[in-house]
Amino acid sequence: MMEYILKNGIVYDPANGINGEKKDVMFKDDIIVDEVSADAKVIDVTDKIVMPAGVDPHAHVAGPKLVVGRLYRPEDSRMGVSQKTKVLRSESGFSIPSCPTTGYRYSRMGYGTVVEAAMPPLEAKHTHEEIATIPNIDIPALPLFGNNWFVMEYAKDKNIEDLAAFISSWLKISKGYGVKIVNPCGSEAWGWGMNVHGYDDKAPYFDVTSREVVMALAEANEMLGLPHSIHIHPNDLGHPGNVPTTLETLDSVKNIKKSSKATIRDQVMHVTHLQFHSYTGNSWKDAGSGAVEVADYINKHDHITCDVGQVTFDETTTMTADAPMEYDLFKLSGLKWTNKDIECETAAGIIPCIYSKKSPVSTLQWGIGLELFLLINDPWKVCLTTDHPNAGPFMRYPRIISWLMSNEKRQDMCENEVHKWIYKRTTLPTIEREYDFYEIATITRAAPAKIYGFEDRGALTPGYKADIAVYDINPNDIDPSKQALDIEKGFTVADYTIKDGQILVKDKEIVKVKESQNIWVNVKGWERQEQKVIDNIMPFFTQYYSVKWENYPVQDHYVSNPIRVDVEK
Amino acid sequence: MTYEPPITDYDYIVENCTCAFCGCNCDDLDYLVKDGHVVAVRHACRLGASKIMEDMDQRLLVPMIRDENGELMEVDWDTALDKAAEYIANSIRPVFYGWSETSTECMKEGLALGEYIGAVLDNQATICHGPSLQAVQNAGYPIQTLGEVQNRADMIAYSGSNAMNSHPRHMARYAVFCRGYFRQRGRFDRTVVTMDPKFSDTAKCSDKWIGFEQNGDYGFYNAIRAVLRGKELYQDVISGIPKEDIYELAEEMKNAEFGVLFFGLGLTHTLSKQRNIDIAIKMVQDLNKYSKWGLTPMRGHFNVNGFNIFMAFETGFAFGVDFARGTTRYMMGETNTIDLLVRKEPDCFMVIAADPGAHFPNGANQHLADIPVIQIDIHWGPSTELADVVLPGSFIGVECDGTSYRMDGVPIYMKKAIDKPETCRDDEWIVRELKERVMKLREEPNVAPKYVPNSNLDLAM
Repeated sequence: MMEYILKNGIVYDPANGINGEKKDVMFKDDIIVDEVSADAKVIDVTDKIVMPAGVDPHAHVAGPKLVVGRLYRPEDSRMGVSQKTKVLRSESGFSIPSCPTTGYRYSRMGYGTVVEAAMPPLEAKHTHEEIATIPNIDIPALPLFGNNWFVMEYAKDKNIEDLAAFISSWLKISKGYGVKIVNPCGSEAWGWGMNVHGYDDKAPYFDVTSREVVMALAEANEMLGLPHSIHIHPNDLGHPGNVPTTLETLDSVKNIKKSSKATIRDQVMHVTHLQFHSYTGNSWKDAGSGAVEVADYINKHDHITCDVGQVTFDETTTMTADAPMEYDLFKLSGLKWTNKDIECETAAGIIPCIYSKKSPVSTLQWGIGLELFLLINDPWKVCLTTDHPNAGPFMRYPRIISWLMSNEKRQDMCENEVHKWIYKRTTLPTIEREYDFYEIATITRAAPAKIYGFEDRGALTPGYKADIAVYDINPNDIDPSKQALDIEKGFTVADYTIKDGQILVKDKEIVKVKESQNIWVNVKGWERQEQKVIDNIMPFFTQYYSVKWENYPVQDHYVSNPIRVDVEK
Repeated sequence: MTYEPPITDYDYIVENCTCAFCGCNCDDLDYLVKDGHVVAVRHACRLGASKIMEDMDQRLLVPMIRDENGELMEVDWDTALDKAAEYIANSIRPVFYGWSETSTECMKEGLALGEYIGAVLDNQATICHGPSLQAVQNAGYPIQTLGEVQNRADMIAYSGSNAMNSHPRHMARYAVFCRGYFRQRGRFDRTVVTMDPKFSDTAKCSDKWIGFEQNGDYGFYNAIRAVLRGKELYQDVISGIPKEDIYELAEEMKNAEFGVLFFGLGLTHTLSKQRNIDIAIKMVQDLNKYSKWGLTPMRGHFNVNGFNIFMAFETGFAFGVDFARGTTRYMMGETNTIDLLVRKEPDCFMVIAADPGAHFPNGANQHLADIPVIQIDIHWGPSTELADVVLPGSFIGVECDGTSYRMDGVPIYMKKAIDKPETCRDDEWIVRELKERVMKLREEPNVAPKYVPNSNLDLAM
């Protein structure tokens, strides 16, 4: 039995309303407690920031498209190479780091949980093999449902009960956490080289609209009472003039009632990388920011949460299940384009992308991201992401934090670094809001944990997991609006990262590597309906899938040591 | 082919096994088992069935060490493993080659050993689809799963690949003859084109054979691209094909609803090597302006793709990864097995589930004869004649379980059906044993005292 006291730290724990109080944080083995014996080891963190370990609500860190990215971009892998040490394996990669590197870098930033945002069920075994290779962080994965043929059929028939049973069953089969929807009906249309345009466009052949699919999935999600709401990447990503589609998507689920079982979250829909969905205009020539409108909608409605997908001005690798959009990017940039269609389920595309400060479009995207952060009033409704690696690598979170905390830094960048579109096409230079540490702790930990319905992390509540980060920043002695670089430095490497009560980072060095855990949702009480659904789809599956049913599910040994979240009926 | 009566004399059937032969990884095989041996295989092609049934043919059953007279002598496992570990521990430039016919679980152990000792890990891609991987790194990788081909494709092109002989069920199960959701009449709903200098068995059952001249691949695909981009062809005959035929073919490809190009070593290993694949990939990218097209390399071994995928997620590079300096390093032409051997760099060579003796160029094999070679395999082969230590493994998908990746990247769990011969060991166990023994013999070289981030990351530290 090990007991520790983190002494005299300045604690930011938004879930418990603790805003910069000087107090001790105690944990026993892997659990936070409110008192320890006299034998407890004391770790002196006087005047340093103490927060729950970070929770990343949306990143692409493990799975088939990541591996294709690494395989076909050795130039990216070479960017991050470092030598092995007694504790660490050799690192590689910048925007698409190798699996061990991913774990190390998150750990250094004080993160403890990262959600892998897109898992095709057919290749779920692959995703889980990678998750098992990433150390130090817990990784739930969201299976893709938005273009699944069965889902589209259920949605067309408005058969919500069978759809719910299907979701419940597929979460077990793929060991997934929640319902991810990517460009609903659009990726299916991409099977024929097409896309859908707008929320009410139909998928070819299936004769069902994006709206019908999303609403059906939202209803089924609430019928099951899953801890997380539906997690959507709406249609028309990255297209100028997509604001109406985005707002229609957000508005369509406002009358769907949240399940009474989902006690932690407030939302019925989480919209991801909203920055890419907030463009006005008709083409890139007259594109502008729609952030004001979108943020206004979110401020006025409580059924929506979002993460931003902030552009960081790096050379990165875009990858998404929104495959037609990736082909559009290929037509724009001509860089090496990768595509991966998955039978009966989804598609994916990958293309390298260079976000440059000199580029008007990149500048516009950067501005929109920050506008969303600054215009959405309630930090519980917005999370910090870069949609890693799409808008930038996750390593840049500290830099984004420094931008959010310093108007001076932003003004300086607008004036001296980025393209002049920032003045013409966005309102960013007129926004003076600056985040404080409490709000930063909210958007990087507390809010994502709440949105996902985690009952064991994202706060320093006694009984929760001892996932804690300590940063070498003294809030009483720093002026974030004037010291942006110091803020970035402080959040780049944590002084301590503690995961499940184990000290992984100590004095800014990784001292220990531990096995990661997958988190998946097990819905109880639907077994009869699940069997019925499986029996019904079996003839189809046998005929049209290229693997046998026996080989389809993720066998238990691929998910060693998982955390199972049970949902009672 | 003569009629063979069905096997009726068996003890039990194991259903839904996965074939451990080519990159099709057919997972619908039924093994008929009698007295602990597979006596018949249902659903498999001849290649797969014979590999599975004749598993005892020239089987390596006991560990062996080559003595001072140059003879392989039978020894016990401890002696053989110690000897192999000694060779590895005493080397400064070891190469671990092969891996394409074993499981990713075994690769994991091999990688841990390689990273510890500072070896080069490489697989058969270096002599087969290496140019394809290079081209993918140049131009991109528009692919799709095989079920997608089955359900949607109305045009199939095979280029430099004789699927009928090398991947016999490819056409039947995934691409041509099978019924798909949108192709209910199977073969009748699809146009099949074979692009190959040879009138192969695949060409014989195609609707169209484009017999361009040898080494004419690049010119041919370039011409199609030119046509797709609205250019006029000035020569009347290109790569041996009349230009009218090229116009016609380009038009047909544009009008397909869903087309797929499968390419094999006939394309990767002719004159222009990776440039052939470059241009094929670019052609597919151009075709997507008009309709939907994808391509897939016809991977040979059942887990050759698996090694590339595995290495990419573990280290960031697909093959030919060099850990000699304590960092991950990959450089085509420098850290690949053949180049290393021809430069006579390696001083220890471990080959697992591969046969360099049969496949490597002479110059490379000459160096193998001069250095210690450790072989982990299930069958005798020319490599056994080069080996100084022979460690008999077991048969993935038959005698032990493991994960493999199909040519399209779909992961398959290959289950165990029968017990392995008593004297053999699982590949994974053997490599883990070697790792543990090497770790005892030698301290880890090239360890940095402290982590130093790469300056390219531009971190505020």
